[in-house]
Amino acid sequence: MREPANTTSKPERDESLWSLIVSPIIWAIHFLATYLTAAIWCAKFANSNRSFDEVRVAIGVFTVIALAGIFVNGWGGYRHHKFGGESVPHDDDTPEDRHRFLGFATLLLAGLSAVATLFVAAVAVFVRSCH
Amino acid sequence: MTIENADPDPLPETPPLELRRAQEARLLEAWRTPTGWRYWSAVNNSTVGLWYCVASFGFFLFGGILALLIRIQLAVPSNGFLSADQYNQVFTLHGSVMMFLFAVPIFEAISILLLPQMLGARDLPFPRLSAFGFWCFLIGGVFVSGSIFFNAGPKGGWFMYPPLTSSYQPGIGADIWLLGLSFIEVASIAAAVELIVGVLKCRPPGMRINLIPLYSWYILVVAGMILFAFPPLIAGDLLLEMERTCDWPFFDATRGGDPLLWQHLFWIFGHPEVYIVFLPSVALIAMIVPTMARTKMLGYSWIVLAAVGTGFLSFGLWVHHMFTTGLPGISIGIFSAASQAVAIPTGVQLFCFLATLIAGRVTKSVSMLFVFAGLATFIIGGLTGVMVAVAPFDFQAHDTYFIVGHLHYVLIGGTIFPIIAGFYYFIPLVTGRLLSERVGRVVFWLMLTGFNVTFLPMHLTGLLGMPRRVYTYPAGMGFETLNMISSIGSFVLGIGFVVFLWDVLRPRKNQPLAERNPWNAGTLEWLAEVPNRPWGVRSIPEIDSRYPLWDQPDFVRDVDEGRFYLPDAEEGLRETLVTSEIDAVPRQCLRVPGPTFIPLWAAIFVGGVFIFGTFHWWWSTVISGVLGLATILIWLWTGTAIIPEKPTKDIGLGLTVPIYVSGPQAVGWWAMFITMLGDMTAFIALVFGYFFYWTIHEDFPPDPLPGPGVLWPSISLSLFVAAWWLTILARRWNRADQAKSYYCVLTTAALLTIAGSGALVAGPWITELDPTAHVYPAIVWILVIWTAGHAAVGFIMQTYCIARRAAGKMTSRYDADICNVTLYWHFLALTAVITVATIAGFPLLT
Repeated sequence: MREPANTTSKPERDESLWSLIVSPIIWAIHFLATYLTAAIWCAKFANSNRSFDEVRVAIGVFTVIALAGIFVNGWGGYRHHKFGGESVPHDDDTPEDRHRFLGFATLLLAGLSAVATLFVAAVAVFVRSCH
Repeated sequence: MTIENADPDPLPETPPLELRRAQEARLLEAWRTPTGWRYWSAVNNSTVGLWYCVASFGFFLFGGILALLIRIQLAVPSNGFLSADQYNQVFTLHGSVMMFLFAVPIFEAISILLLPQMLGARDLPFPRLSAFGFWCFLIGGVFVSGSIFFNAGPKGGWFMYPPLTSSYQPGIGADIWLLGLSFIEVASIAAAVELIVGVLKCRPPGMRINLIPLYSWYILVVAGMILFAFPPLIAGDLLLEMERTCDWPFFDATRGGDPLLWQHLFWIFGHPEVYIVFLPSVALIAMIVPTMARTKMLGYSWIVLAAVGTGFLSFGLWVHHMFTTGLPGISIGIFSAASQAVAIPTGVQLFCFLATLIAGRVTKSVSMLFVFAGLATFIIGGLTGVMVAVAPFDFQAHDTYFIVGHLHYVLIGGTIFPIIAGFYYFIPLVTGRLLSERVGRVVFWLMLTGFNVTFLPMHLTGLLGMPRRVYTYPAGMGFETLNMISSIGSFVLGIGFVVFLWDVLRPRKNQPLAERNPWNAGTLEWLAEVPNRPWGVRSIPEIDSRYPLWDQPDFVRDVDEGRFYLPDAEEGLRETLVTSEIDAVPRQCLRVPGPTFIPLWAAIFVGGVFIFGTFHWWWSTVISGVLGLATILIWLWTGTAIIPEKPTKDIGLGLTVPIYVSGPQAVGWWAMFITMLGDMTAFIALVFGYFFYWTIHEDFPPDPLPGPGVLWPSISLSLFVAAWWLTILARRWNRADQAKSYYCVLTTAALLTIAGSGALVAGPWITELDPTAHVYPAIVWILVIWTAGHAAVGFIMQTYCIARRAAGKMTSRYDADICNVTLYWHFLALTAVITVATIAGFPLLT
């Protein structure tokens, strides 16, 4: 039986595919929280005296939290991507390039998630009532 | 054993010719496709994948003929070719067949056929599940399609909106749609399980996650999307069918229901569905473009971003199909914003393809023509999509022929043209022969011209005000000429398909076989010999590159000479490698099953439940269900978690791996996990229904509360939690080889499961909640039935594990069964907690 061959600074057990989708999941949670807050508020309080600004502030808070989470995830991805100073395309058959690739993909997805989150949040800037 | 870097030392010497011949003979014998009538017992991916392709293409032709009937009817005003009722059936089936019986299954078909080849695997991990999925698809598809020949077809449109499909359509057409297609969705989820596990666990050694073919990335994303998109529709189907069969008023506004809930559930499925059919076609393009451009794909990571990003964002769009239902403006804005955002990742991948084409030297071929046509057409459809994502424009265009034009540009450009490109590109792997390039160019121009002549005018017809789904229109409204042009174009498009079909089917005895790897591609599927061998790959290679056939010297020779892994079938069994998810380090030599009729029988009996249920033949339904359950139990008992004759196996290159693994290392555990994610999604969709009713009613749950109270649900929850905990304990004691304690706790757990179900049902039963009276009791009952039904399955699993150990088929070392059952129970416990929290806890808060 072959014994463990080369040791590496980036073993597989320290890596996770889940980190790739952390930012899109944050986007999804932000999206659902925004939609549900708006939909429930409009269903329950649209005809009351309460101010719609409650919804807008809530969306603002969700957005700040979501962007912070996405930034942390994306920053982690950026550091992985820059590991050892190598640049893309990260297509070598080495644990280090796999590590950089996952980091770069995480960074890209964080970027997309941030943009998509801002798109959704922009609605709270422009829409000032349920209708 | 931990191997961080599995790259082998220099390959061994070429085995002697005699040994190679003997190895090949053993491999051929193990992987031999059965002949005669037993051919239909095959489960190998290459055979089942071929059946799947042929069947889905058959349904495509059927859907195409229905489309031509539509165009004949609409060619002239006040036409009497079809009656209104016939027309409703024809357009409903056209949409349903194209989406459910062609677009989704063809992706599964192509993937089952090609994915193992792309991954250098001998087969996918669950061949019988693929076969079961295929037979479910075929039976369900014939059932749904056949209905129109008995004038019993569904006629509510492919999205089946109630109350049209509940109060106003008493025939069985809608039931056929709901039950028949639910049955087919089972096949889709089966394929999703197979493909996710295939991509993550069955890659060749060394194919790290940064080296996998782009096709695999797309398939991973799409299979994941299926898990979260299809279950809400299954939940919706369940609710609508309960309303139609048992008069439970989920969508009946007079008794508290709301038709909009159906629209939500349908479109949570329906919009991702568009990307579920689009992404696999883009995946084909991602394989064709580098080959034809003679260069590696540029922006690999960016394409991964696009695939994963689109997969997520496409779930945030569903309400844009509901802009005209009177939702709050802010909700519309949120979904409009997400609909714009999805254009970003969609565009990114197209730019990567274009950049690759510019960077390389493109070879002329019919498949590239279809790639270009697909990209251009899809971009037009995508741009009109961005137009309708702008809500004020959508208010005008909604339900007009503009939408018909838009969606056909998306679906034909994004799905069908790339599939035809894939057909021209991949066909040598199946038939060993290339299609004619000359005929192909004729096909291309016929299709491209026919398509544009048909669908471009529809945008204008729609803007002029012609609504969708009308069976005719009066003269003098400006629709005549445009409709006639569309009808002529549709026949040109149809002729294109006829010529294509003729080119595929015509006898080619005089045409020489294609050379191996005729396009000089760089990816593993082109290792296939001509004619192809049933073993998939002669030896499972070690991968160092995204394009090993281009980059690894003497690669094909080394594979052919059996110098890599598993070059032999010493025990005469079908085997493939299971590797780790990220670095593809060998973890297991997986023995996969050979030919058997069991999946066919299981599909027939399970299909019987849906089909007999449609006609309300309840006894036949029950008998079919019992037979289906028995067949599945026989399947599991005789064919899964088989204890091997030796613990490990030498797979070559000095590497020895286990034959049997359990828990998170095992493919079966992954399959259970993935299936339960889908199951949980369906359940959450039902819970969403409960809270949806809460948002639309002032008095939901009603005050005073008619049931189910707090006592019985709480007792039930306690019993379920105890059963769950004892099941976990049983797994531990089995592993510790404490047989008596194992039997004792698992038997107690099974009894508690029955008691828990009884207590759960007792709540609404004792408080006499009448599910036909109002939507509140109906939704409570459906959550209770869902949970109790899952508990029944949990009970069967517990008794199965007791029997397995008693029969010596499960031991402390070989414990996959109880590991998988425990995993199921984690989900069941969560289901019970959410159900009780919803039906008993939530009313206390309001």
